[in-house]
Amino acid sequence: MFDVLFDQASDGQRYLDWLMSGLGWTLALAFFGWWIAFAVGILVGVGRTVEIRSVALLARLYVEIFRNIPVLVQMFLWYFVLPEILPAAAGHWLKQLPPPWGSFLPALACLSFYTASRVAEQVRAGIEALPKGQAEATRALGLSSVQAYRLVILPQALRLIVPSLTSEVMAIYKNTSVALTIGLLELTAQARQVSEETFQTFAAFGAATLAYLTLALVAYGLMTLVDRRFHIPGPAQRSRPRYGRLRTAKEA
Amino acid sequence: MQAIDFTIVLQAWPYLCSGLAFSLALTATAFTAGILLGTGLALAQHLEIPVLGHAARIYIATMRSIPLILVLFWFFFLAPVILGSLSPDGRPVSIGPTSTAFITFCLFEAAYYSEIIRVGLRALSRGQVEASQSLGLTTPQTYRYVVLPQVARTVAPIVLSQTIILFQDTSLVYVLSLTDLVGATSKLVQLNGRFVELYVTVALVYLTICSLASHCVAILKRRTAGHAAQR
Repeated sequence: MFDVLFDQASDGQRYLDWLMSGLGWTLALAFFGWWIAFAVGILVGVGRTVEIRSVALLARLYVEIFRNIPVLVQMFLWYFVLPEILPAAAGHWLKQLPPPWGSFLPALACLSFYTASRVAEQVRAGIEALPKGQAEATRALGLSSVQAYRLVILPQALRLIVPSLTSEVMAIYKNTSVALTIGLLELTAQARQVSEETFQTFAAFGAATLAYLTLALVAYGLMTLVDRRFHIPGPAQRSRPRYGRLRTAKEA
Repeated sequence: MQAIDFTIVLQAWPYLCSGLAFSLALTATAFTAGILLGTGLALAQHLEIPVLGHAARIYIATMRSIPLILVLFWFFFLAPVILGSLSPDGRPVSIGPTSTAFITFCLFEAAYYSEIIRVGLRALSRGQVEASQSLGLTTPQTYRYVVLPQVARTVAPIVLSQTIILFQDTSLVYVLSLTDLVGATSKLVQLNGRFVELYVTVALVYLTICSLASHCVAILKRRTAGHAAQR
């Protein structure tokens, strides 16, 4: 069934190479996007729980905006609209970027900041799930609030939310496919190209589907390992990582 | 570049509204069909119906692991072949992108709804089923009159949040060149090139609808939580 993937394509490569290059961009987008989203998400999530009004308001505004606009529309805003509203030189530079980077960077920004808004909500939920005594104890010990977050609150909150972060990891690698709308040749786009060139739609989409399924299993397996490694020991009932977006939907 | 001029949006408004109507129709259909099919899938797993239960599980895991855009492409290609094999002459039946979108969203969302409903079923105390059985209710009656109404109430906020995500996801029918809200916008952009004004407007429309909807869900969630505490 997959024989066609080993045939030579019009550019001298095999169709399999097209899919592999697409897989590479998908992985790059998901990987780097995830770490940016994780970092920004922690900052915004902490911002939502601090007592400084203006910071909490800004963090809340961030979450509202980035979570309530579809990824596709955000993709268009980063790709089409941002270069126009930036100062002319910067906008020009963005538009002149050579092919993969011209769509990769907007896609990376889009997925990172979108996912960050969802991570932020999980982080906030994790912090709010901690007993109040934890924050009070840090104050009694004379820790500054930065120290309290860094040494006491975040280490516990992040370990609590590993299962719901699993859903976000799964969501970001699936959302990478939206980048094809701004011309990034990631896995789904390459599968469509192979199908259009060879008319072997089953083979092309089938291979892509298998790749996504494998990615899902790997992501799930890795997050289960992370959960096992960092789970807070003790008699408290542990929740196992759940598959998919359920946890995130609950917070929306 | 032209100066930014939002009056263009006023002219475009009726066309954008027709796109929005399509997005809403797709959301409503996928919600209804997704809930019905999703309940079936959840019950098949919950009642451990042989073969069907396992099939439901594989179906859900697969649907939830691949991107919606790929699923749209799959159905755009597969649906004519499947329908063709059912028809007497066996030739592929062309169904067009609109039907593809409706079929895909119904089937895709069913997988997400069924996971929510399955968790709701698991959370319901076993005593409810046992009490119904001791009252002499049959299994269909138990689920129809006792279990599902309670599950519906507990999962309502999560289901509605998922529906907001569904509404956002309908924008992806853009890849089939359909005229939903985003599709209508991009077609106007191709005509007049005013992408800054139009894409910002469409973002604001989604932002308003989804923010209002999530606030309503938050209120509902607080209320159901209050009721649960009173009991």
